[in-house]
Order: sequence, then C-alpha cells, then structure tokens
Amino acid sequence: MTESPHPAALWPAPSGQSRPDGDEGAVLASLTLLGGHDKDGRPERLHLRLHPGDILCIVGPTGSGKSRLLADLECLAQADTPSGRRVLVNGAAPDADWRFGAHRHLIAQVSQNMNFVVDLTVEAFLALHAACRRVAAPERVAAEVLACANALAGEPFRADTALTQLSGGQSRALMIADTALLSASPVVLIDEIENAGIDRGKALALLTAHDKIVLVSTHDPILALMGGRRLVVGNGAVRAVIETSAAERAFLARLQRLDAELMDIRRRLRAGEAIDGGKAPAWMP
Amino acid sequence: MRVITVAGPPSVGKTSVVLKTAQALGERAGRIGVVKFDALATSDDAVYARAGLPVVAGLSGGLCPDHFFVSNIDDCLDWARRQGIDLLIAESAGLCNRCSPHLQAALGVCVVDTLSGVHTPRKIGPMLKLADLVVITKGDIVSQAEREVFAFNVQAASPQARLLAFNGITGQGAVELGHHFARAPEVERLEGSRLRFSMPAAVCPYCIGETSIGREHQRGNVRKMPFPEAAP
Repeated sequence: MTESPHPAALWPAPSGQSRPDGDEGAVLASLTLLGGHDKDGRPERLHLRLHPGDILCIVGPTGSGKSRLLADLECLAQADTPSGRRVLVNGAAPDADWRFGAHRHLIAQVSQNMNFVVDLTVEAFLALHAACRRVAAPERVAAEVLACANALAGEPFRADTALTQLSGGQSRALMIADTALLSASPVVLIDEIENAGIDRGKALALLTAHDKIVLVSTHDPILALMGGRRLVVGNGAVRAVIETSAAERAFLARLQRLDAELMDIRRRLRAGEAIDGGKAPAWMP
Repeated sequence: MRVITVAGPPSVGKTSVVLKTAQALGERAGRIGVVKFDALATSDDAVYARAGLPVVAGLSGGLCPDHFFVSNIDDCLDWARRQGIDLLIAESAGLCNRCSPHLQAALGVCVVDTLSGVHTPRKIGPMLKLADLVVITKGDIVSQAEREVFAFNVQAASPQARLLAFNGITGQGAVELGHHFARAPEVERLEGSRLRFSMPAAVCPYCIGETSIGREHQRGNVRKMPFPEAAP
C-alpha cells in the first residue's frame, strides 16, 4: 500500500507556492488535552495524550459537550474557549502565530451529514483531489483509493459512477478511504457513521495504518468498544477515561457476531429470500 | 477604531460568521458595531440588534451596492465613533462576483461556502482575490475531500490569504477569526485612503476608475444613507 503523499503534514501549500506562515511539513507526534472545567465551573481532571495510530472513542448523551471537546481540539484551545481546556502539540503550547495561521487542516471529518455534491465521476474527482495533494501518479492513487473504498463498502461501485449517485454506505466508504490515503490532516474525526453499512473494523484499521489519530464520536456499542480508550463526557466535561478491558474486547467479539447475523438477514431479505424461522441463531427468542 | 470589511456571495453565512465571532470575542476587542449593506431589503440588522450589537443598515436600492458602500463608508466610521465603537465590521453582500469592497487601510475578509462547488473560487474577483482572510463555511455537510479541493482552489485564487474553516451553526472557527479581528488595523479616517481594486462600472466617478475616498470625489449618482442616533 502506498504511503500518504505527505504523512501527517499539517498544512501543505498548493503546488508551487509557499505558505505565508512558512511552516510546511510540521509533523504531529502527539496531541495532549488538559482539563478545564465543566458547565458549573468545577475543575475537569484530564491529562490525555494522543499519538498517531490511537483510536479514542467519545461517548455521552446529546448536549453533554462532545462537540465542544472536538472544537477545542480543532482550535487548539488555550484556556480561551468556554471549557477552559488547553491543547498541547508535540508536548508544548503552540504559539499564537502557528495556532492561528497554519493548523487549519488538523482535523479531517467524516460524518453521517456529509455528502458529495460535485458533479463528477468517482475517478475524475479522485484524480482532482490527488492533483491538489501533489501526488506523483494521481491516476494510480485514485485507483488505490477506489479499491480501498470497495473493500469497506457492502456494495462495490465503479470508477465511472457519478459521485452523487453513490449510496450512503458507498459514500462513507469512499470518504474514509480518501481521508486515509489522500487527506493531509493527521487527525480524523468520525461522527455517527453507525448506520452506514460499511465494515467499521476495516475502516478504523485503514485509518490507523496511515498513522492517523482517530476520534470516534458515537452511540454505537460496537464502535464505542473498538477504541483503545473511551472518553465519557457529561455536563461539559470529561467524567472518565476508560481503557477498553479484556472482558470488553471479548464482549465486542460477541457483539460483532450478532451484528454479522443481522447483516446476513438483511442481505438475504434484500436478495429476495424468505427467512426460515428454523435457521434463526440461538440468541434469538 | 479597528475596521473590518466582510464580503461574500449571498447566503454563505456572513451574518452568522460575524455574530459567532463577536460572541467569541466578548469584551476583549472593546465595543463591536456593525454596518450591514444590502441591496433591496435586509432583516440582519434586527438579528445583530437582538445580539446586543449597535447596528445600522444601508440599502443601496437601484445603485450598485459597491458604489453605495464606498460613498458611505467614511460616514459609517463617523457614526461608529459617535457610538463609542472600537471595532467596526462592515458587512456587504457581494451580489456580483466582481464586487471589490476591500479597503487598503482595513482588514479584508471574504466568506465563501463549500456548497457553492469546487470551481467557484476561480469565478470570484477582487472580493476573494484581494482578501486578507478567506472564511470557508458549510464544510460540515460536504465530504472532506471536497473541502480540501475547495480550499486548494481558494488558495490558488488568493495566494496571499489565510484560510479559515468556520461552522456558522456551532461557531467552530470563531476563536481563530476573533484573534484576527482583534488585530485588525486601526483606522481614524478613510478620507484619502484607497480601495484595493477599482469597482465594477456604473454611472458615477467610481464607475470610470476613481478609487479615492472622500466627499469631493462623490459626484453624479451618489446617495447618502441616514444614521439613526442613539437616544441620549
């Protein structure tokens, strides 16, 4: 598999130009999140360090402060957002020029609300994106992104398919493959992709294989247990950081078998088969 | 007083960007005031007023909104000074992509949205090309790949500009934009100052390439806007 054209480069300049801030190619080795306070002003006990390849899940009810947490990371908060949190880059507070000048592509995002809107074929668009990223062989990388996307999607699609005709699952698969192979951002935020009909395990493995820090904001039990750690957010603060235990990993395997059964029933119904009650797995009533 | 021009095609989210940034700034940049320029109608002045910001709206009617803007901008500074405003934001809809409202003396901000399509940056003139900051909105509803291609095309069209992603609903990006707003150049008078680029032609001295600002250059089809004063 080819390396990303600029692994973890925070802000590559367009071809032939240099950035006004002149810090191309800075590489992210770690992000550290330091606690602020909750919505009532009580201190948040948090000292969390993230490295490339880490998967961190974020769980908590709507309104608990998940979006604030991600926004704090995105703007590299320095006790100047409502949460009072601070973010260190490679162990140090970023200076203001760097913070407000260059890190804009720190976080790439894949969410349920995103769509492809450009009227191009998959192939033409991937070649365009690859060209923007100054890849040496845009066509080859485009073909590789397509192959990766098809490995994630339940239903394969072709290079000459229009982007706007892709199904939800195919779109999400292409977005993840493209982010892994072509995006400059060293951090990837995955927001609510549970119903997308893609292979979630493979998707996360693809991203971490490309040295991304992966943040997964989710209500889905399978996704929530796939991370190495999960943050529990409530009342505007991180209430706990839980390491995924051996027992949870074993439970995840059970959940995945259950999920595979459901997916198989879904596939059979779509293929026009009748569901034979006698074939129901043991866990069903 | 710090002066900022915020321009961009209709419905890209200029008002949301300004409001969220003003909220993020709080008291840090002093008193913030807004002049809203529009062509035929606006309700944004009410939106700003609800947020507690002193605001005045100017409607250009049948005139080119850009010409209306430059004929009134110094009067806007006078109004802002009387209101005790420290940071004045002049928001104008770029109703044609040829608009060029940015002033040499002030911070020039252009707002564009990713939904407008990856080729749009090439089609926008001085409003984008000569901006100091380009704020890119609605990135949360298009794919990451399109965001990146869009940003690339913006930077190609406007190589000197700093780009900034902004979510007008959540306010993501407001802290960064506030940082730049609070450092906008101080301007006392615009008399004698210049536009960054000549405006699109119509029927007044500015139509034939005039770029000087000031009452003596306002001839032909000039209309002055009224300024309601705060009750003593």
